[in-house]
Amino acid sequence: MPEASLLKIGFKIINMETIETDLDSVLKQEYQHGFVTDVDESFLPPGLTEQTIRQISAIKKEPEFLLEWRLKAFERWLTLREPEWSTIHHPPINYQEISYYAAPKSLEDGPKSLDEVDPKLLETYEKLGIPIEEQKALSGIAVDAVFDSVSVATTFKAELEKVGVIFCSFSEAVQNHPDLVQKYLGTVVPQTDNFFATLNSAVFSDGAFVYIPKGVRCPMELSSYFRINATNTGQFERTLIIAEEGSYVSYLEGCTAPQRDENQLHAAVVELVAMEGAEIRYSTIQNWYPGDENGKGGIYNFVTKRGICKGDNAKISWTQVETGSAVTWKYPSVILKGDNSSGEFYSVALTNNYQQADTGTKMTHIGKNTHSTIISKGISAGHGQNAYRGLVKIAKNADNSRNFSQCDSLLMGNKSGAHTFPYIEVKNPTAQVEHEATTSKIGEDQLFLCQQRGISAEDAVSLIVNGFCKEIFKKLPMEFAVEARKLLSISLEGSVG
Amino acid sequence: MKIKKTPFKLRPIVNSERRHVNNNRKPMLEIQNLHVNVEDKKILDGLNLTIKPGEVHAIMGPNGSGKSTLANVLAGRETYQVTHGKIQFGGQDLLEMSTELRSREGVFLAFQNPIEIPGVNNMVFLKAALNAKRSHQGLEELDAADFLKLIRQKIKTVKMDEGLLHRSVNEGFSGGEKKRNEILQMAILEPKLAILDETDSGLDVDALQIVSEGINSLRSPDRSIILVTHYQRILNYVVPDYVHILAKGKIIRSGDKALALEIEEKGYGLNDLSQSA
Repeated sequence: MPEASLLKIGFKIINMETIETDLDSVLKQEYQHGFVTDVDESFLPPGLTEQTIRQISAIKKEPEFLLEWRLKAFERWLTLREPEWSTIHHPPINYQEISYYAAPKSLEDGPKSLDEVDPKLLETYEKLGIPIEEQKALSGIAVDAVFDSVSVATTFKAELEKVGVIFCSFSEAVQNHPDLVQKYLGTVVPQTDNFFATLNSAVFSDGAFVYIPKGVRCPMELSSYFRINATNTGQFERTLIIAEEGSYVSYLEGCTAPQRDENQLHAAVVELVAMEGAEIRYSTIQNWYPGDENGKGGIYNFVTKRGICKGDNAKISWTQVETGSAVTWKYPSVILKGDNSSGEFYSVALTNNYQQADTGTKMTHIGKNTHSTIISKGISAGHGQNAYRGLVKIAKNADNSRNFSQCDSLLMGNKSGAHTFPYIEVKNPTAQVEHEATTSKIGEDQLFLCQQRGISAEDAVSLIVNGFCKEIFKKLPMEFAVEARKLLSISLEGSVG
Repeated sequence: MKIKKTPFKLRPIVNSERRHVNNNRKPMLEIQNLHVNVEDKKILDGLNLTIKPGEVHAIMGPNGSGKSTLANVLAGRETYQVTHGKIQFGGQDLLEMSTELRSREGVFLAFQNPIEIPGVNNMVFLKAALNAKRSHQGLEELDAADFLKLIRQKIKTVKMDEGLLHRSVNEGFSGGEKKRNEILQMAILEPKLAILDETDSGLDVDALQIVSEGINSLRSPDRSIILVTHYQRILNYVVPDYVHILAKGKIIRSGDKALALEIEEKGYGLNDLSQSA
C-alpha cells in the first residue's frame, strides 16, 4: 500500500464471544404471519432446464433478444457453483425442486374480510399503523370499490407521465420500452456476475422499471403509493432504474408489514444507472419471514444490488433496514466511474433468533475526486449472526478519492455474534481511506436504569436500539423512517427475559 | 457561585420525638427482618426500618455494611436475593412488584454511579420515563411541547445546563452533572420514596450545595427520602429527621442529626462493638 495514502484501519472480529451480561435473551417474538391461503396458481412444474426458460419467456411474450439473454445466462449458470465465502450456513438448496413461474395470484380466493385474517397479523399491522384498507390489500383481500388502488395508482402515474417519468413493472417495460431495457439490462450487474445474479438473469419473474428523463426531478417518492401493487413480484425480482443527466429520483422498496411468501429462495437483482449530475436514492425496508424461534423456515434472500455513477458528479445512495429473512446475503454497491461522483451506503441489519446476515457494500473508485461513505449498524440478538463485509477499492487513476467507513455492532445476550470484514484495496497514493469500528452491548446496568425509571425492559431495548440506529434513520424518507423505527421495536419484542 | 443561605436556618433540626408523635400517618415504608444475599454471601442480616411520609432518614455506615445493597433491594435489582423478611411500601408488598412497577408507584433510586446510555437522548429518556408513569396512573401522556415546558421549569431546580438535555443520557457528563441529572429525574418523576445512594460522593462544595438545594426543594409532607451516605457533610445541607448506623447488615444505632456529628468525630466505633459482641 502506498505510504502517501492516509490509511486508518481499525477493526475487530468478534466470534461468538461470551459476554458476561446475562440478559438471557431467549428471543421469542413469533413472526406475526399466521395464515396460508390455498390459491390455485397457474405455475410451471418444479425444475430448471432450457425448456423452463423458453416457457417463461413465451408466457411473458418477450422479444427475441431477451430470450437469448436469458438462455445465455442459463448456460453460464450451469457452470457455476454457489459461493461459499460468506459466514452464512444453510442446508443445500435443490434448484430442481423450485417452480420458476407462478402467475400472479388471484385475490378472489383470498380471505373475504379482515375477520378471516389471523388476528396476530392484524395486531402487527395495527402496531405499524397501517391504514385499514391497506391492511386488507396486504393480507390478500380483494379491496372494495371505496378504496380503488388502481385509480390511486393511475392518478399518480398520470402525474409522472406529465414530466416524462416511466415507472412500471419490468414486464410492462419489456413490452413498451424494449429499446431502453435492451440498452441497459445487465450493464451494471452482468449476467456473469455471480451465481445468484446469473440465476436471476435466466429466470427473473418481474420487478420494477424506472426511467427519469434528462433534467427531471421526480415529483414524488416512487413506490410508497405503489407498494400494494408490488407485492406479487415473485421470488426472482429484477429492478432497473435509469436516471438521465441532471435528474433526481428517490425510490422506496419493500414494506414494513411482514410479507407473506411461500417461496423460500429469493434472488433479486437491482441495477441503477446515474448519468452526469444525476442522483438516485434507493431505500429498502426488508421484512421477509425470518423463520421461527428455532430457526425453522424463513426466506433465503440472496440479492445483488449495484449502481453505477456513469457520468461526472453523479450520486448514488443506498439506505437499507434489514430485519427479515432467515438468511440475508446482500451488498448494495456503487461503481464511481464519473469524476467527482459519490456513493453512500447506510445500513441497519438486525438478526434475532437464528437469523443470519452477511451484508455490506462495495465502493469502487475509478474516477477522480470520488467520495464514498459507508455507515453500517448491525444488531444481533438471540442466536443471530451479523456480519459486515465491505470492499473499498481505489483504482490507479482515482486521484484524491476518499472513503469513510464506520461499522458499529450492538450485541444483545450472550449467544449472538457480530463479525466485521473490511477489505481495502488502494492503488492510488493520493487516496484517503478511513475505517472505524465499534462493538457494544446492551448491559444489565443500562436496562436496570431504564426499568428503575419506569420504562419496561422492552421499551428500554427499543430506546437503545433506536438511538444506535439514529444516523441511518435520518437518511430514510420521513414516512419510511417512522415505520422503520416501529418495525425495529416489534422485531425485538420478547428479546429480553 | 456562592450560596449564602445556610440550610440550618432554613430547616432547623426538628425534635424527632415530637415530630414522630405528630406524624400519625401510616408508614410509607416498613422493612421487617430483612435478610439479603449477594452471590450466597450474606449482606443484610435482619434489618428493620420504618419510614413515615415526609421523613428524611440518613443511613450511614462503613464500607461493605450493606448500604448500597439496601438501596438496590428497594429498587428491585435482581442480583440481590431476599432470603427472608418483608417490605411494605404504602401498604403493598414491595418484593412482589417488578422494578418498573415500583418506579411507577413512586420508588426512585438516585444511582451512586449513573450509567451512560449512548445514543439515547436525555430528553427522550426523561419523557419516556414520565410517560410510563403517567400512563400507569391513567393520565394522558405529555406531548413534546408540554414536556419541554415542564422540563424547562424543573431544570432550574438543579441549575443544569439545558444543553445536557440534548446529549445522550449521562454520556460525557462530569461527575457533578451526572448527579444533578439524577436529581432532575427525581424532580420530574416526583416519587413518594426517594433513595439517594451516595449522591454526595465525588461532589465539590458548590455542586454539593446545588444538589442539596435540589433535594431540599423536593422535601414534602408526602415524600419520604432515604439518604445513603458515608459522610456527615451532606447532612449539613439536607437535615435528616433520623440518622441510622448500618453495620454488618443491621441497624445498630438510631438517632437524630447529633448522631451523625458524633460519628464524624469518633468514627463508627465498630472495634468496641465487635469486642462487646
